[in-house]
Amino acid sequence: MTTFIIRRLIMAVIVLILVSLMVFMAMRLLPGDPIRMLVTQSEQQEFTEEQIAKLRHEFGLDRPLMVQYISWLGGIFRGDLGTSILHRAPVAGEILRRLPITLHIGLTAYIIGVIIGVPFGILCAIRRGRFLDTLVTALANIGITMPAFWLGVMLIYLFGLELRWLPVQGYTSPFDDFWLSSKQLVMPVICMILFPIASNTRQTRSSMLEVMRQDYIRTAWSKGLRERIIIIRHALKNGLIPVITLSGMGFSMIIGGSVIIETVFNIPGMGRLAVTSILNQDYPYVQGIILIVAAFVSIVNLLVDLTYGWLDPRIRYS
Amino acid sequence: MDGSIPGSGTVKGEGRILMANEAVISTGVAEAPPRVSEWRRFRRVFLGRILVLIGLVIIAFFVFIAIFAPLLAPYPPNDPDLASALQQPSSTHLLGKDALGRDTLSRVIYGARTSLMIGLIVVVIATIIGMTLGLVAGYYGGWTYNIIMRFIDALMSFPMILLAMVIAALLGNGMRNVIIALSIAMMPGYARLMCAQVLAVKENDYVTAGRSIGASNLRIMLRHIVPNCLPPLIVLITMQLGSVILAEAGLSFLGIGITPPTPAWGSMVNDGRQYLLTLPILSFAPGLALMLVVFGFNMVGDGLRDALDPRLRGAL
Repeated sequence: MTTFIIRRLIMAVIVLILVSLMVFMAMRLLPGDPIRMLVTQSEQQEFTEEQIAKLRHEFGLDRPLMVQYISWLGGIFRGDLGTSILHRAPVAGEILRRLPITLHIGLTAYIIGVIIGVPFGILCAIRRGRFLDTLVTALANIGITMPAFWLGVMLIYLFGLELRWLPVQGYTSPFDDFWLSSKQLVMPVICMILFPIASNTRQTRSSMLEVMRQDYIRTAWSKGLRERIIIIRHALKNGLIPVITLSGMGFSMIIGGSVIIETVFNIPGMGRLAVTSILNQDYPYVQGIILIVAAFVSIVNLLVDLTYGWLDPRIRYS
Repeated sequence: MDGSIPGSGTVKGEGRILMANEAVISTGVAEAPPRVSEWRRFRRVFLGRILVLIGLVIIAFFVFIAIFAPLLAPYPPNDPDLASALQQPSSTHLLGKDALGRDTLSRVIYGARTSLMIGLIVVVIATIIGMTLGLVAGYYGGWTYNIIMRFIDALMSFPMILLAMVIAALLGNGMRNVIIALSIAMMPGYARLMCAQVLAVKENDYVTAGRSIGASNLRIMLRHIVPNCLPPLIVLITMQLGSVILAEAGLSFLGIGITPPTPAWGSMVNDGRQYLLTLPILSFAPGLALMLVVFGFNMVGDGLRDALDPRLRGAL
């Protein structure tokens, strides 16, 4: 197990370094120039070539690419992700301020998705072909299909504007005003949980069906065990392994979803920051956000892999 | 990510897991039913499900209106008429008019073109690049495998939509750039599935046999390995079509990608947001069309999976 953990750790570090290199190179080599963007958005009307060159120098964008990359990478280890070109503020601080907002909404959605999705999947597998199975499967199919941003807009229309039950946008920390915070959370979380619930249900259902057809389950039946014991003691152990693998993917989907949901509900989280800084071509922000997201996803996947290896010895020794 | 477990055969694609490896192993262990009955079984399972039929009808419908948009749309999609802006739905303009006085129904119809065209092109490009990378990585193994798959891992370690956003924003707006961005973002899934497939398929005796009679690597790859890797890829392609269409809509909703006058469902939903109280249909209609198309592709994808997956043989 130790070798397995070490091997996975090394792999994760390599992947992260590759990510940083790819992001950095993409930002520099593809067309798009943050200084031009800054100049066009600035209140000052005319910029001389000299002033532009000075700005470029100020942000170190005139240095050789390799030097820029190494100095950025070096900064990361000191917790410095660079300085925003547009806002002239340290990137790390702003990301840290917004990360909890995204995680608050994302994790709430993620946990609810697992709590609702997995039992539904088990129920469907046990009652395969019956009414409940058909109904839940149909709902799950609609769930993976529904465009989150459209659902968000429709919810705003229905509950925010027509019925006036919920605030249409914004975010409040639960520590400042728990009631308002919860009310603001309802619609974004609904938009975000749909996909996790649906995919957890579908995945649990199909993997449980797979397991229920195994010989050892038939043996358990023929021993005369009760259904509940067979499901809980025998089937779940193997049936949930693929679901755990999928949950890593689910986390990445949640972060991806936050980009859109935070825009719909005007939530000042990391997703919103990603959109605005991508549109403004503010390199340092984009690089920082992508690196943080990739780090989170890698850690979650590492944990998933370790759990997987721990649950299924075949993986560990392959 | 899990690609670090070579040949474990678990492929993550848009929240679904295909146990690719197992599927291949069971095909490899030749049950050898006659080909005709195989085809018949496929047809029975695939067409025997009402949801698959509904999906096929939906897809056919949207493909039809996409192709014949100029004949079907009552008005040109980009014909602004500010005097009649935000007109309520009426018998002449069934879905009303948007803020620039353009007929919403016509724009929804032309939007089908944008969506389906981008979806198809992206899936084709992503499949070709992904399959090639996966094939080379899986077939040659060793360093080739490590370099390609670590690169794929890195691409997969951030959310697909974020990756597509960054590339699209850097390349600048326009349909061509959105297609490039989405193709890059979608490609890793195919590469990983293909790689897992190849790792399993290349162990088969017929590959060794081919090699022993002196067939070249290229010949073995194209004649023996690729055809045997296809079924799970076909399933993934169908399912990804829905995801690509959703992703494109997400991008245009955020204002990245398709430039304004071109009708795109995502940007139409976004434009309509400002007029929710007076004219909610502006956001509702394009979103509904989007959902129907994605639903269609997902149902057909599910049906294909059930019909092509040998593990479910006899279960249906």
